[in-house]
Amino acid sequence: MKVVKTAAIAATLSLTAALSLGAQASTLQDVQARGELNCVVTTGVAGFAAPDENGRWEGFDVDLCRAVAAAVLGDAEKVKFIPTSAKTRFTILNSGEGDILFRNTTETMSRDVDLKLTFLPVNYYDGQGFLIRKELGITSAKDLDGASICIQTGTTTELNLADFFRTTGISYEPVAVETNEEGITNYSANRCDAYTTDASALASIRAALEDPSAHIILPEIISKEPLGGAVRQGDDQWADIGKWVVNAMINAEELGVTQANVAKLASKAGNNPSINRLLGTESNMGEMVGLDNAWAVRVIAAIGNYGESFDRHIGPNTPIGLSRGLNALWKDGGILYAAPIR
Amino acid sequence: MNEVALPQPQRNIVSRLWNDKETRQVIIQILAFVVIFAFFFIMVRNAITNLEAIGKDISMDFLSQPSNYDISQSLIEYSSRSTHLRAMTVGIINTLLVAVFGIALATVIGFLLGVCRLSKNWIVNKLAYVYIEYVRNVPVLLHILLVHGIIVNSLPTPKNAVVVNEVAFLTNRGFFIPSPDFQPLYWVVAALFVIGVIFSLRFRKYAQKVQDQTGKHYPVFWICFGAIVGVPFIMYFLLGSPIVWEIPELKGFNYSGGLVIRPEFIALWLALSIYTAAFIGEIVRAGISAVDWGQNEAAAALGVTRGRTLSLVVIPQALRIIIPPLTSQYLNLAKNSSLAIAIGYMDIVATIGGITLNQTGREMECMAIVLTLYLIFSLLISSGMNWYNNRIKLVER
Repeated sequence: MKVVKTAAIAATLSLTAALSLGAQASTLQDVQARGELNCVVTTGVAGFAAPDENGRWEGFDVDLCRAVAAAVLGDAEKVKFIPTSAKTRFTILNSGEGDILFRNTTETMSRDVDLKLTFLPVNYYDGQGFLIRKELGITSAKDLDGASICIQTGTTTELNLADFFRTTGISYEPVAVETNEEGITNYSANRCDAYTTDASALASIRAALEDPSAHIILPEIISKEPLGGAVRQGDDQWADIGKWVVNAMINAEELGVTQANVAKLASKAGNNPSINRLLGTESNMGEMVGLDNAWAVRVIAAIGNYGESFDRHIGPNTPIGLSRGLNALWKDGGILYAAPIR
Repeated sequence: MNEVALPQPQRNIVSRLWNDKETRQVIIQILAFVVIFAFFFIMVRNAITNLEAIGKDISMDFLSQPSNYDISQSLIEYSSRSTHLRAMTVGIINTLLVAVFGIALATVIGFLLGVCRLSKNWIVNKLAYVYIEYVRNVPVLLHILLVHGIIVNSLPTPKNAVVVNEVAFLTNRGFFIPSPDFQPLYWVVAALFVIGVIFSLRFRKYAQKVQDQTGKHYPVFWICFGAIVGVPFIMYFLLGSPIVWEIPELKGFNYSGGLVIRPEFIALWLALSIYTAAFIGEIVRAGISAVDWGQNEAAAALGVTRGRTLSLVVIPQALRIIIPPLTSQYLNLAKNSSLAIAIGYMDIVATIGGITLNQTGREMECMAIVLTLYLIFSLLISSGMNWYNNRIKLVER
């Protein structure tokens, strides 16, 4: 009996060792061997990540998934989207089911440190707001005393909300729902007076309501929500790739590299060394990070620069209709300031 | 010389052991034990190794940290400054609340359905039949979403509330009803009620004894009713109605004051009860049908009335058949209450297994707590029902 037990333990130990070894190969190699990028996105926020009428995922966050696939796999279409609720997103990333996360996720210290994530550069500076029916005649969030407020559970918004109402000393009834869709259903059925989440998502929700003009977004922004992508902690190379893909898109806008002119600019080295380094006609930035030097060319050819992606999905000419605001380039009065590719 | 072919002695010890029935059983049991043990060992070991690989430890410290979130329905004092442990307690109470109310209502509807299914009235019988077949063949989650959808979409907003008698208000934010505020004198009434209950229990035993010995029959029901309800009721008015009712008032967006029953609670409670009742109905029907018709005829021959035949002959025997499967239904109802998350009812899964898990990132710990809690609930229900089953089961001598 004792011998059998010992044998079982030995077998278990070696099996476990094999299992944990398998999980520790580099994410870049895993993704390239698989030939597909597993990208964690939301279950659906119009403009950021949602399937269109043909079932194709489209949006500002989705573009970043495709950009990473273009840089790593050479094909922006080789992405498998994993729709997640706010609650399951980090578990799916940390368990290895997803390679990278672009899901309107706020960077916070506890998520970075305690949940063992590495955040990529902020791709959207947001803040929490309130969507409310115009007919209620409310103009400030401070008038919401006693209101029922719908929130999506498992987000930073429910913490901000509790803090806001506690510090302003007014009462409310939280109606916590699991997904964004359920929140909208409850809000539409008048179960709640207000719906609260990031202002960008509110704009997208408002656009999808039956009569958008009957609803307003209150002027107060009660929190800082720097939204960015994230990867598992511990694979620096993979984090670097994610980081520089985002930075490359922002730098491309700053340098005037667009989807239309990227092929021409990349054909031979030009006068602007910054553009040359970005597009790999000079130095070997791509090789440093484990890719080839045309990585950024593929990203911009497939997706365009940051501004093009923004305008296509959430900009002023879309139903979402967000202005650039804080998300304009630093030289245009915003705070978008990407580290140089050098 | 002819050699008689003798059975060859077994070549090795293993096959000899295997061919022995008793030893084989022991070997199989040992193997089964080793496989199960190894499986769980791998799972636990794998979890620990992988948690170590990403640098996470297992710790329950987070339970004493402030939760930082609000909960809409809480029967105990709770704010966003309370600890995660407190939030968990709120969740436990909410789960128990919906389970207890659900079991009570499901039992009532279920017994009615069972009786209707046995009715000789064609319409009543078929109505119960259609109800049972529809309800039990649709997943319970859909029932929950349907009832919630009906309440939230069909009832008005607080400004246009359905007013009942100027004291209760039905809205899609919840049912606002007056809450009692007990004055000090009220406790005299409460004490009388408790005394009435104790007296009734004693009196029933005494009456039974007297009846057994002398055949003298007391009107037990009326005397007990008077002791439990009548005396406290008269005292209540003699003391000048020592309960002040707080009536809800419309203030701003919602009613405030009074008691509020949230639509999420009502939806979950009704849906679970409606669903489980369909199963209980069939169990009750089976239990009553299983009592031999001859028992009814025997009772009738002895001149026992129809009502007394039911309560003294049929139901006690039917209960013996009903109770064990009924226990499973109660367990199902308690566990199905975890679907609360779908409509945002703040039960254990939504608090400790949901928001807390998500805000602290302690999946292993939170899930272990939730599993343990459901296990405890189920074992409690189970042991309660087993105790009752032992009490009513046929005493064999």
